[in-house]
Amino acid sequence: MTFELLTFFFFSAVLVFASAMVITIRNPVKAALFLVLAFFSAACLWVLLEAEFLGIVLILVYVGAVMVLFLFVVMMLDVNLARMREGFGEYLPMGAIVAILMVAEMAIVLGSGEFSLANMPQPAGHPEGYSNTKELGRLIYTVYVYPFEIAALILLVAIVAAIALTLRKRPNTKHQNTAQQIQVKRSDRVRLVKMPSEKKPEN
Amino acid sequence: MNFVAPDISPVIPEIFVLSMACLILVADLYLSDRFRIVSFLLAVGTLLGAAFLTLSDMGAERVYTFSNMFVDDTLSDVLKLAIYALVFVVFVYSRRYTQDRGLFRGEYFVIGLFGTVGMMVMVSASHLLTLYLGLELLALSLYTMVAFQRDSATATEAAMKYFVLGAMASGMLLYGMSMLYGVTGSLEIAVIKARVAELGVDNLILVFGLVFVVVGLAFKLGAVPFHMWVPDVYHGAATSTTLYISTAPKLAGFAILIRLLIGGLEDLSAVWQDMLIILAVLSIGIGNLIAIAQTNIKRMLAYSTIAHMGFLLLGILSATPNGYSSALFYALVYAFMSLGGFGMILMLSRKGFEAENLDDFKGLNQRSPWHAFLMLILMFSMAGIPPTVGFYAKFGVIQSLIDVGLVWLAVVAVLFAVIGAFYYLRIIKLMYFDDPETDAPVQATVDMQVLLSVNAWALILVMPWLGSIIDLCRRAIAGL
Amino acid sequence: MSELLNNAVSLVREALWDPLPGWFQLGLVDLGYILAILLPLLLAVAYLTFAERKLIGYMQVRIGPNRVGPRGWLQPIADALKLLLKEIIIPTNANKFLFVIAPMLSIAPSLAAWAVIPFTDTMVLANIDASLLYILALTSVGVYGVIIAGWASNSKYAFLGAMRSAAQIVSYEIAMGFALVGVLMAAGSLNLHQIVLAQQGGFHQWYFIPLFPLFLVYFLSGVAETNRSPFDVAEGESEIVAGFHVEYSGMAFAIFFLAEYANMILIATLTVIMFLGGWYAPVETSFTIFPPIIWLLVKVAFVLFFFLWFRATFPRYRYDKIMRLGWKIFIPVTLIWIVVIGIATFYTPLGHLFH
Repeated sequence: MTFELLTFFFFSAVLVFASAMVITIRNPVKAALFLVLAFFSAACLWVLLEAEFLGIVLILVYVGAVMVLFLFVVMMLDVNLARMREGFGEYLPMGAIVAILMVAEMAIVLGSGEFSLANMPQPAGHPEGYSNTKELGRLIYTVYVYPFEIAALILLVAIVAAIALTLRKRPNTKHQNTAQQIQVKRSDRVRLVKMPSEKKPEN
Repeated sequence: MNFVAPDISPVIPEIFVLSMACLILVADLYLSDRFRIVSFLLAVGTLLGAAFLTLSDMGAERVYTFSNMFVDDTLSDVLKLAIYALVFVVFVYSRRYTQDRGLFRGEYFVIGLFGTVGMMVMVSASHLLTLYLGLELLALSLYTMVAFQRDSATATEAAMKYFVLGAMASGMLLYGMSMLYGVTGSLEIAVIKARVAELGVDNLILVFGLVFVVVGLAFKLGAVPFHMWVPDVYHGAATSTTLYISTAPKLAGFAILIRLLIGGLEDLSAVWQDMLIILAVLSIGIGNLIAIAQTNIKRMLAYSTIAHMGFLLLGILSATPNGYSSALFYALVYAFMSLGGFGMILMLSRKGFEAENLDDFKGLNQRSPWHAFLMLILMFSMAGIPPTVGFYAKFGVIQSLIDVGLVWLAVVAVLFAVIGAFYYLRIIKLMYFDDPETDAPVQATVDMQVLLSVNAWALILVMPWLGSIIDLCRRAIAGL
Repeated sequence: MSELLNNAVSLVREALWDPLPGWFQLGLVDLGYILAILLPLLLAVAYLTFAERKLIGYMQVRIGPNRVGPRGWLQPIADALKLLLKEIIIPTNANKFLFVIAPMLSIAPSLAAWAVIPFTDTMVLANIDASLLYILALTSVGVYGVIIAGWASNSKYAFLGAMRSAAQIVSYEIAMGFALVGVLMAAGSLNLHQIVLAQQGGFHQWYFIPLFPLFLVYFLSGVAETNRSPFDVAEGESEIVAGFHVEYSGMAFAIFFLAEYANMILIATLTVIMFLGGWYAPVETSFTIFPPIIWLLVKVAFVLFFFLWFRATFPRYRYDKIMRLGWKIFIPVTLIWIVVIGIATFYTPLGHLFH
């Protein structure tokens, strides 16, 4: 067993374990953290495939940004798991049927021999000085420039949509008005009251 | 490096709409609410400009560009022009409705235009990647438009359902595409076609991939049994959004169906024919039957949409050029009928009042005979009663079925169409024979009045040019 | 004498080194390199804290620490010993596993990033192709330590600190990434070693001149990324006690402390490598005045001085203003400058200014 194979099995095992934990663990924060672990292992597998750019970007984007915001939200929410699990048994048979169908279908597709090692020869090695990043950049900005631009447009729509849907003035929010604070005068805040310096005795 | 700079000229309409959408996005920031109409005018002008650009480039033969990812042929030109027209009318119809409900915002038009770009990309896709990206662009815009009415619980719920089911459909589609890619080794539709011809029909993975693609597309079109989202979304969204969803995107959906099933996988037609028969029969049957039980007109029209999608599939499943062109014709006619139908609902709605129940149409004849008559034409056309164009659309589809010997299917389709006529005619009965529940006058802006009248009357008055339109559809299919 | 030594060395080598398997030898050598980077780094961290206290002391007209050892020189050692001996208290209902692992998650990325830093032309542990991306990825992972610490502590203050920190780090990372895109465009490489080589030939070739806005954005975002004053709302001792590490004590706290200072040094080093010519002397001379590593260290010390200076000078930013600075000023500035670089390089004769 080569070192490469050993690393592959290690990271795949971690990936499978982490993915299983994501959907079985009860605590949503922990589930999100396991998802992070799953992303990490997947990134390592990609690096193993000599796609180091994709691997690093997976960590940078998903682990470094997306999951942080995800955790942010999950931590703030008070998710009531007991309520979410209501009706679990009701949906279980349907879900199980779909899952079994999917597994069977995957088994048929992958077991058909179409994707066996004989049909998928090992790709030729890269020459010295091959840069995965450079090659990706070259392809994205030449052959795939059209889909790349559409993908950029999808992101733009997502930004516009996110802002349009969330940026709204709710009636009860409290805002700080700096100008108003600065313009405040003494008379707005302090009231001089004249009163006798000593109180008269009761009788 | 052997890279040739792509030919930009076929993509100019897309680039124009996109640039204008970005321009409106920025310009809208500097407009106060009083001048919001400028965004609207710019958006409408954009569509006119795009139509001009597409027209000036039309008639040329098929052009591929961007490494064969983009195709400009007659089909794409016809569908793009129809999409511009539909979105244009949608914007005009929904102006007063959105103004009354605080939805008249720059983002609404910008996202509508982005969705239009998505549809244009789908219509011109000759590569699985662009096809999928166009679909996602459109879908994302639609989810946003549905959710736009933030204070409405039903709209939010509808957006949520639409989003979850739409994401699932995309997943199915991608899954199928990945299998196609795995077998054929290419994402380019023309190459896939060539490889499929080599591999033959017996390839198991190809068939599996096809199943997932068909399921994904059926989800997007809203064919039974993947129709669950349609009524809820149509009902929950603001009527202006429903109007958008129910018109132009159906043409784009038709386009990708044609591009994938016929452009890429026509050799597997024996396989997908059976799947489409099931989808079509269920859609026509369930769509028409459940529509009868509805009291909400938006839901009723949603089920009617499902039934119409069934008819669309009937045309495709005959697997002959004749059938495809009749399906194309059906899709075009359907889109304009739906435009008029939802336009009518928009017009009857007022500030603070949604005309979404069947009862709201009661006695419309007494309130406004002209509008009642327009609705009559629309309902006749949807039911497929001559002399409206809806009849010829149904007729063409059924004829193509009989041509290939699927007589039983034609009989079933006609049977359900007759059942379906019941709920269309019920509206006419309500309009003409019942007393109105309110005497509020029917108000609409002049542009909308004119367009709606043209829209409805066109369904009859287009008759003299019917031949040339059908001929155009034939040419579009022949140019594939 | 020297022959005897040589003999002894070769004897030891034959007896102990040669029988080891190849991968183990490789591992040992790498371990040696790693230690050679980490030990000086940790020492530097210790004395950076000392320098900070002294410098801020002088700026505030005090003397600063001066009791332990001559002129206070042993102060950091004493601090380290004190922290080592303190008890680590785990709060009730805290998530024990995450609570313990959080400091490690915090320090691991800031140490791992050093693997690709080129100290001189030849002195680099791993000269990988996408080292810039590697650095970006690792610095972005560092935030997990903070978030998990805040959440696992089961304390409101800690949680607030973690939330603030998460939002802040994610926001500034974007500006930082964009600033690096400018560097990448100028140098034409993602490899830090190549980036330094592209700045050869005197200080007028260093990128801080053509990329001045990006230099500022990068450095200030770096200050924000490390949660340093004036962007230290995550700790904000006057508002939320000590922020995310309020429940930590002893060595667990010390590790957070270490991570923060190691990150500072890392950001300073990266600033030097990307904008201030790395190990090159400001003026090219035919003879070497100092060895290159000295130049690098001097520049790093210079940049670090700014970190301390900021802390002594500026009051803390308000949280919403931090966000505004990041999103509405830094990101547009970087975006515009990237466009400027692109246009200048390809459409004007001024391209040589940006290399």
